Amino acid sequence: MSLVLNEEQVFLKDSAKKFATEKTPTTHFREVRDSEIENCYDDKIWQEMVSLGWTGILVPEEFGGSNFGVAGISSILEELGRTLTPSPLFSTAVVGVSLIKHANVDVKKDILSKVVQEGLRLCFAIEESNHHDLLKISCEAKKEGKNFNISGEKSFVIDGGFADKVIIACRTSGEEGKKDGLSLFVLDADSKGLTITPTKMVDSRNAANMKFDNVKVSSDMLIGKEGDAYEIIESVLDISRSAISAEMLGSALQAYEITIDYLKEREQFGSKIGSFQALQHRAAIMFSELELCKSCVIESITSFDEGGNDSERLASLSKAKVGEVFHLISNESVQMHGGIGVTDEYDIGLYLKRARVAEQIFGDSNFHKNRYAELTGY
Amino acid sequence: MENLDQFRKETKEWLKENCPPEMKKPMGPGDVVWGGRNCKFPHPDAKLWLERMGEKGWTCPTWPKEYGGGGLSFDENKILQEELMAIRARPALSSFGIWMLGPALLEFASEEQKKKYIPEIVKGEIRWCQGYSEPGSGSDLASLKTKAEDNGDHFVVNGQKVWTSYADDCDMIFTLVRTGPQEPKHNGISFLLIDMDQPGVTTKPIKLISGKSPFCETFFDNAIVPKENLVSELNKGWDVAKRLLQHERNMIAGMGLGGAGSAKKKKDQTISSGMATMAKTYVGEDEGRLANPGLRQKIASFDINSHAFSLTMKRASEESKSSNSGPSPASSMFKYYGSESNKLRYELMLEAMGTKALGWEGEGFGPAELAITREWLRTKANSIEGGTSEVQLNIIAKRVLDLPQ
Repeated sequence: MSLVLNEEQVFLKDSAKKFATEKTPTTHFREVRDSEIENCYDDKIWQEMVSLGWTGILVPEEFGGSNFGVAGISSILEELGRTLTPSPLFSTAVVGVSLIKHANVDVKKDILSKVVQEGLRLCFAIEESNHHDLLKISCEAKKEGKNFNISGEKSFVIDGGFADKVIIACRTSGEEGKKDGLSLFVLDADSKGLTITPTKMVDSRNAANMKFDNVKVSSDMLIGKEGDAYEIIESVLDISRSAISAEMLGSALQAYEITIDYLKEREQFGSKIGSFQALQHRAAIMFSELELCKSCVIESITSFDEGGNDSERLASLSKAKVGEVFHLISNESVQMHGGIGVTDEYDIGLYLKRARVAEQIFGDSNFHKNRYAELTGY
Repeated sequence: MENLDQFRKETKEWLKENCPPEMKKPMGPGDVVWGGRNCKFPHPDAKLWLERMGEKGWTCPTWPKEYGGGGLSFDENKILQEELMAIRARPALSSFGIWMLGPALLEFASEEQKKKYIPEIVKGEIRWCQGYSEPGSGSDLASLKTKAEDNGDHFVVNGQKVWTSYADDCDMIFTLVRTGPQEPKHNGISFLLIDMDQPGVTTKPIKLISGKSPFCETFFDNAIVPKENLVSELNKGWDVAKRLLQHERNMIAGMGLGGAGSAKKKKDQTISSGMATMAKTYVGEDEGRLANPGLRQKIASFDINSHAFSLTMKRASEESKSSNSGPSPASSMFKYYGSESNKLRYELMLEAMGTKALGWEGEGFGPAELAITREWLRTKANSIEGGTSEVQLNIIAKRVLDLPQ
């Protein structure tokens, strides 16, 4: 596994940095947040991302994508994370595309080409409780001739409030807690019987609740084999966990840098507060922890493209470590800013809010420490 | 790449012919070869191994050939280390000359000094110790008082050093001395190489909480040091000292990479954690999981951090290879993290082993268990020696983050 990015990835990272700095600084996030636009979604920005080819980075060339790999899209997300850029890039281009790659060729061709060309928006309905748990799925799909009827409820569907297509993980057999019997379907967001209720999270982004009431879907829309989706889902989750870790690293780095700048400029007791040892040591610890996170993220995001066979463990390692460090940094950053840190006017609080939501995406640090231990044989 | 493949082939062959069988057996505590005028070899093969490796310069693989080093590139050295690891060869030589003094001499010493001292270090002919700390100068090292006075063709040194590692077995000591009593404290320090085989130098071991005495006090009572033993210019010793400390910190940081906790992938592709395996034997398991969930969680955190740390060391070494920069103030980060991590490793072992890790001597405990008790106590010094963790954090804050003074 590489510990440095290659030329192509550096290029993507640089162009994302330019994009984030020029088009989506945190003032853009605030504009969207405070405007009448629903769900914290800016279609103009999304279309620009589409025209840059970012939605096609994980899409094979035969379907119009660039196939630049997990490290490529993650490098972009890291830069967008710095400015808290709100967009369905993660839910569509990482999670959605990776799932659709396992669909039948007609579905793949149709959906992937629309994702690449038109920015068709995808979301993944997986969670059913307040903690990530792939096995805790009880949504049911009952077979009726050539169709399935889906019933049940989903929550915390990231960017579900404005998605065009919903990919759902549900049971075609087996009971809650079992790996066998899980199946994936893709269906239109405006399917009959599907009620989508957007919820606004503390980070102002959208995650929807979904109610499926006998939603009819053709068996052509099955992703992978019936009852056999567990492995597919876990492999896509690992890609997604690594990619979101990269985004979180970007946000953590930015929060840290904003704080270090503040320590150099704010004066109290006649001195810059950055000269106080009580703050210096904590800043130095933040620096060290971030260096460790950088290593975890790069190892994990490059492992998929280089065909390593330890990707699942590295994904858990990365999500656990970055989650913990972003947590630490988001708290310390607010504290080191003093009073200004708890005002809405100042950006640092935005990172705190984003940290907690991102920590929960596809498993928090506790979840992944537990998983890491299991995968390591204890 | 072709040259590297060729190098690997030749290295394999050379090692096959030259590494004596005894040197591929696991090392006991008394098996470290430190070199020196009165070097004690645990086995005749150890002497042979040192001679062969020293002749090739492979005790110091990347040092320049003209001073007896191996002259290897970064990539060649990586291959050499991999091949040594593959046959589980013992280190031919361990020494503070290799880890600390040599790199500083290569950077700061005169041509004559390099020609004299570097080959001795490579071949393990002289055993060096470090004379930095004093009873009144610990973290505030630059306040040191041991003085060297000009007496024509030599200096006369008086004062006391402390925490001089293995000084009672060493031949020479690299020492920070005050030569400019009137100058501001950092600007009155010089770097002297002092032969300990003279009446003016005496040593006395210090007994530690571990029961061992790896450190000494060293006394200078009108010790004589020829002028040619001054490294760099008079009163410019602090620059040498700082650089040498960076090498020392990198060395101590390496302890954070130690075996027990890191999760390793074996050849058959199953993954295991040394720490967890060990803990299972002491606390048992419950359907394959470590029986104590609290300890299990702590070990998982530890394993994750160990992995992240070793990866970061590797990343830094790859990055410094491309920029050719050597150790930097960031070595303070590695020193801080590595030593804290090593302390935590032993605290976790104690938690896992319970009273079995608290034996001192005699019946009721295995030798490995008794060794862990002592090692646990030894690790407490990791975050003190080579600059305390707090000093490292100061350095990161000032030199890396550039925070105001």
